[in-house]
Amino acid sequence: MPILNVIDRTGEQRAIEAGDGLSVMQVVRNSGFGDILALCGGCCSCATCHVYVDPAFGPGLPAMSGDEDDLLDSSDHRTAQSRLSCQIPFSAALDGLTVTVAPED
Amino acid sequence: MAQFDVLIVGTGQAGAQAAASLRSGGFSGSIGLVGEQSDPPYELPPLSKDYLAGEKTFDQILLRPADFWAERDITLLLGQAATAVDAKAHVVTRQDGSRLGYGQLIWAAGGHARSLTCTGGDLRGVHSIRNRRDVDRLRQELAIAKRVVVIGGGYIGLEAAAVLAKSGKPVVVIEAQDRVLARVAGEALSRFYEREHRAHGVEIRTEASVSQLIGHDGWVAGVVLSDSEVISADLVIVGIGIVPAAQPLLAAGAAGGDGVNVDAYCRTTLPDVLAIGDVAAHENRFADGRRLRLESVQNANDQAQVVARLINGEAKSYDAVPWFWSNQYDLRLQTVGLSAGFDETILRGDPLSRAFSVIYLRGGRVVALDCVNATKDYVQGKALVLRGDKPVRERIADPAIPLKEV
Repeated sequence: MPILNVIDRTGEQRAIEAGDGLSVMQVVRNSGFGDILALCGGCCSCATCHVYVDPAFGPGLPAMSGDEDDLLDSSDHRTAQSRLSCQIPFSAALDGLTVTVAPED
Repeated sequence: MAQFDVLIVGTGQAGAQAAASLRSGGFSGSIGLVGEQSDPPYELPPLSKDYLAGEKTFDQILLRPADFWAERDITLLLGQAATAVDAKAHVVTRQDGSRLGYGQLIWAAGGHARSLTCTGGDLRGVHSIRNRRDVDRLRQELAIAKRVVVIGGGYIGLEAAAVLAKSGKPVVVIEAQDRVLARVAGEALSRFYEREHRAHGVEIRTEASVSQLIGHDGWVAGVVLSDSEVISADLVIVGIGIVPAAQPLLAAGAAGGDGVNVDAYCRTTLPDVLAIGDVAAHENRFADGRRLRLESVQNANDQAQVVARLINGEAKSYDAVPWFWSNQYDLRLQTVGLSAGFDETILRGDPLSRAFSVIYLRGGRVVALDCVNATKDYVQGKALVLRGDKPVRERIADPAIPLKEV
């Protein structure tokens, strides 16, 4: 199965195997690792599943919607690598992707 | 008698997050998590949205994977509600009479769906939407239901109506006030949602009060209004709010009334008893310091973090800006601040465009925004609420001017 690498807020890294049909947020949350809040459950209504994605995968990721862009603006910790992990469907094409959980706002 | 350093009552967002935050904050004592239901902690908002629609499975709404709790040495004590608290002895009694000792108690018991008190309120086919079991039963009956009445035009009722309308069933929403969402929003938002629901085939009946439900062979057959009109229905959803689960704490001597009173650190008036989430009546600075309860994920999560920090010796008072969301059809409502007590509203954008915001003022200051398909306003409006800005009306009403520039 494809692997998602997750780095939590303490810097600890874990490789997580993930099946099809889940978002990166769901993969992280289902692993119990990473302490991601994802308060709205993945409906793009908050910004509590904020991660930094490995720039090497940038071109392979779905484009950012206007709503996601706006919500990320609510974070004091936004960078060029910022994404809402609920908006990235995980798949074999993203095997080996590394995401770092952003600090809580 | 089992003994826990921290005993948490309630497995909703607040209780679950308190347990998780205690551990991630370094708490090494024993933690027990008491749940009335037999399910591990799960999200409540999808119950009236994706879970009701069958678009999410139960596993997809779990707050954490099932083995998360045991891995962190958090003991789940499920299937028995906590019914009594002995604050002096530091003991909680459960429904089955079993007793649990605690060092500190976090009361996060939420609330129960308010039920109809009129004749027929207990007929079969009458449902609430508060827990997973409610919705599982509701979904089974929906498969064969022909005509649905929703009693209560609040967010739960309207979200349910939106799901059912999409499935093609005739739906009637009955609201006692003169508009839907009357308790939580201004008129512009109410009228907008009434129009949307009607456009989707939902019949909205305002200023309509229910006098009784009539049945046939024990099953609901219709809703009788106070003017004797009968609206036939073989399934009724009751969304008329919750009753906070505060009684055991109040009986133990905690101050409160509508919920349990807490201070800025979520401490009740009982020693070593904290209360968080829907049940916690706190003084909120976004309501000019008025004491109130907030039934929201934001409040549950932020208060959970307050008590976890308090117990972990890093106390920080509760001061979070309230936010909320509701999804109906393709409409995403996002709310920031508290509109209660507003004395003026400003419409920003045209509701007919289905993307607009309602800005609420109190004494000239921005206290809240309801943003429909307008995430940018929601994000940028938060700063206006935090600062309590006194905006120039014409500028704030102009959607061409970003809120961060008004």
